[in-house]
Amino acid sequence: MKVADIVQTLEGKLLSGEQLLDTEISSACGADLMSDVMAFVKEHVVLLTGLVNLQAIRTAEMMDIQVIVFVRGKTPTKDMIEEATSNGMAIITTKYSMFLACGRLYEAGIRTGGMRESC
Amino acid sequence: MKLHYEVPGDDFSLAGKASTEVKKALGRLGIDPGIIKRAAVAMYEAEINMVIHAGGGVADVEILPDSILVKLEDQGPGIPDLEMAMQEGYSTAPEQARELGFGAGMGLPNIKRNSDDLHIESAVGSGTKVSITIKLQQGATDQA
Repeated sequence: MKVADIVQTLEGKLLSGEQLLDTEISSACGADLMSDVMAFVKEHVVLLTGLVNLQAIRTAEMMDIQVIVFVRGKTPTKDMIEEATSNGMAIITTKYSMFLACGRLYEAGIRTGGMRESC
Repeated sequence: MKLHYEVPGDDFSLAGKASTEVKKALGRLGIDPGIIKRAAVAMYEAEINMVIHAGGGVADVEILPDSILVKLEDQGPGIPDLEMAMQEGYSTAPEQARELGFGAGMGLPNIKRNSDDLHIESAVGSGTKVSITIKLQQGATDQA
């Protein structure tokens, strides 16, 4: 699924990263705790989160995640958008909750998520 | 190549900035992206720990021909039970840390998972030293 399709599926708004609209995304991670994101080992990932602070951007940067969706209608701050823009990342906001946003993306075709080797 | 950072403990918006800069520096050196990611994640978790638990500290990074060494040192309260702290899900972080997206008890396990060698020296009341080694050779561990 392309980033443009994610924006459409989530009826979202793209706040940065227009150059990534044609980029393919194959898996998703929904989390508000950033260490859980860092225990996640996939490529071509979209991160869905309700955490609105600079650490969400930095965590994505550490993990080479290029696309972040802020759920529940949360709006990132100017600082966050600036940091994302300087890293070439796409920021999307959506009115949907985490559950509904993940559900919509799953239904639209993103079926891969991280799974721990053991629990 | 050596890099040195002072990590302030009173401004959470700066937490992780040193690791971000290290990741960029490693990228400029043309190091394998998978190795950079492991070094960046390990250092980032350790840097966040230092801010959450110890009121900041110092971070030193040394890039050697065969490895990346990351050392973080703080004057914080120390880790009373290191064995417990290494377990996934065990956390002593304050509620405020969770509001900021951390404190899930995954920090130290994530550091261990991404390091080739991890050494933690900690004494209650006098602080903690974390030494992380990431080998530059690809396939050095099964985590690469």
